[in-house]
Amino acid sequence: MTVNADVEIENYTINFGPQHPAAHGVLRLVLEMDGEVIDRVDPHIGLLHRGTEKLIEYKSYLQAVPYFDRLDYVSPMNQEQAFAIAVERLLGIEPPPRAKYIRMLFCELTRILNHIMNIASYAMDVGAMTPFLWTFEEREKLMEFYDAVSGARMHAAYIRPGGVSMDMPAGLPERIMTWANQFPKIIDDMEGLLTENRIFKQRVVDIGRVTADEAVAWGFTGPNLRASGIAWDLRKAQPYDGYEDMDFDIAIGKNGDCYDRYLVRVVEMRQSIRIIKQCLEKMPTGPVRVNDRKIMSPPRAEMKSSMEALIHHFKLYTEGYKVPAGEVYAAVEAPKGEFGVYVVADGTNRPYRCRIRAPGFVHLQGMDFMLRGHMLPDVPAVLGSIDIVFGEVDR
Amino acid sequence: MAEFINGYLIPFAWILGKILLFVLPLLVAVAYVTYAERRIIGAMQMRIGPNVVGWFGLLQPFADAVKLLTKETVLPTGSSPVVFFLAPMVTFSLAMIAWAVIPVNEGWFISNINVGILYLFAVSSLGVYGIVMAGWASNSRYAFLGAMRSAAQMVSYEVSIGFVMISVLLTAGSLNLSEIVMAQKGMWYFIPHFPMFVIFFVSVLAETNRHPFDLPEAESELVAGFMTEYSSMSFALFFLGEYANMIMMSGVVTILFLGGWLAPFDIAILNAVPGIVWFALKISFCLFLMIWVRATFPRYRYDQLMRLGWKVFLPLSLIWLVLTAGFLVYTGRVPV
Repeated sequence: MTVNADVEIENYTINFGPQHPAAHGVLRLVLEMDGEVIDRVDPHIGLLHRGTEKLIEYKSYLQAVPYFDRLDYVSPMNQEQAFAIAVERLLGIEPPPRAKYIRMLFCELTRILNHIMNIASYAMDVGAMTPFLWTFEEREKLMEFYDAVSGARMHAAYIRPGGVSMDMPAGLPERIMTWANQFPKIIDDMEGLLTENRIFKQRVVDIGRVTADEAVAWGFTGPNLRASGIAWDLRKAQPYDGYEDMDFDIAIGKNGDCYDRYLVRVVEMRQSIRIIKQCLEKMPTGPVRVNDRKIMSPPRAEMKSSMEALIHHFKLYTEGYKVPAGEVYAAVEAPKGEFGVYVVADGTNRPYRCRIRAPGFVHLQGMDFMLRGHMLPDVPAVLGSIDIVFGEVDR
Repeated sequence: MAEFINGYLIPFAWILGKILLFVLPLLVAVAYVTYAERRIIGAMQMRIGPNVVGWFGLLQPFADAVKLLTKETVLPTGSSPVVFFLAPMVTFSLAMIAWAVIPVNEGWFISNINVGILYLFAVSSLGVYGIVMAGWASNSRYAFLGAMRSAAQMVSYEVSIGFVMISVLLTAGSLNLSEIVMAQKGMWYFIPHFPMFVIFFVSVLAETNRHPFDLPEAESELVAGFMTEYSSMSFALFFLGEYANMIMMSGVVTILFLGGWLAPFDIAILNAVPGIVWFALKISFCLFLMIWVRATFPRYRYDQLMRLGWKVFLPLSLIWLVLTAGFLVYTGRVPV
């Protein structure tokens, strides 16, 4: 009689993406599966690589701004703000107070823009369709505010080194206030479908748990870090652009699972509404651009009469401004986490190097340890909860 | 010759006519269930839904059908062609065959067999074959996973469906669907059997692979599950089969719990309305519930679905079966 040799049953692999309805953007996950249980997750990135950092080295400082819109295209203004702050520090200038408040106002609107997108698509990934369509109505309104200040719905190029490109049109603050008053009702409606829904909780509670130590070790930031119970928010820890004047709370979670990450984002939206209202109430008057003709162009009216103003305008939009040599790292609390820009200036009109720290890239590394031992349906749940946008991961 | 005509030809033509009378309205109904689903979910999600083709978009289903018919049929590499094309046919014809025993009004049926409920049970269990064949023949991992899930899911929920059916037929004392409906003349069974009504409805959702149990075609995980590789008419047959199944299972819910074609109250005015209208209204109500659920809930995970089926529904329906039997014997109401 022969003894059967031990048969090694090989795990099989599944390609999750790059063309998959739930793989946000162009993510490709190679999943090693044991039945429906996941043994290993291998994220493959780079399918959306556009060489942003290299391109910026060949652009003047002002021309680099639009590239930041196109990194995380769900929250454009926060990234412009990071770059603007970095360049301002190199130049040693400070934007006028009204510009800071407008920046804060629009960055918080952007935070809501981003969290709406994330929560809604996250809910869609676990199978709930309706929140997506309900909240996208609001996203549309937010994009109209973008449109009102910059003329573009997404890629605004509004926040620039030295302030913002132009002042808000008349009536916009009132429109934003009206919207801010009715928006919490929409959050309530959306929460009604998800927060206490038993099926939703079964799908996300205790899925993809990240302890506080793990979160720190893997470099998590933003809502993903706070969901693990660490109260770290750059707006509080190292305030920039006037956040020190604002009264708001940091939402933290307890368990670091997908459910906590969802809850943290919901609370952050409510806190953003608080900041938006404070910004609108305390909005100072005055200029929105630094009064330095070597950095920001003169008003159009002045150019009609002043030759010097015309020359300034011409020089700024052809050669750009020169930034003194030096290096700086500026980080902002973008909706997805710490978005940092490291700029090395060599005294010319172009950055020598511009390194971008994208939160999504760091969070994506965590996919493997978060998903081991979970099941295939948990992949979209975790992926949705860590909020990945490929524009910034691949840069 | 006369004997042949009278004995075979006329009955054959009569049966054929009856089948056409069932199948044609059914196909139209399937088309409009898809339309209704899109409009109702649209309204629930604060959007419009199809409203361009025809009046209020009423011709949309036919536009979709024409589109699907004219598309290219793709046969994936490495698939098994015979099984691949057999699978949608199996699914579709099984969804149609079930209607042979469903009485839509007093005396309106294709065949009034004594074990109608067993026939229904058998046909709906066979439905899983279409899906398993599709998943296996497609030679795709998504499709295969979808088919495996589906097989497990449909088999588990059939068990509780079976026990719920037994509770009902114990009370009615018959396996004949028309007699089950007539036994509800005094009180529709969803009142005494309310917990079973709920369990049955949820199991029907699982059995027809509807939200929140649409794991076999879970879009966010498995792309389109067992239908991933299908296109054109073979896809349309799956689609039609799925919706025909929804209508069929709603019909079963109506017959077992909602009093079939009976009017809600035994009053002359309500009784004057033809039974088929009541039957259609009740089916529409069930379909509306299914669509409503789809707009509201997230999707279950595979293991949670199994847990619900085996650990909650199965014991509950068993206990209820024992309770029903005990109650009937104790109060001497066992139907003879």
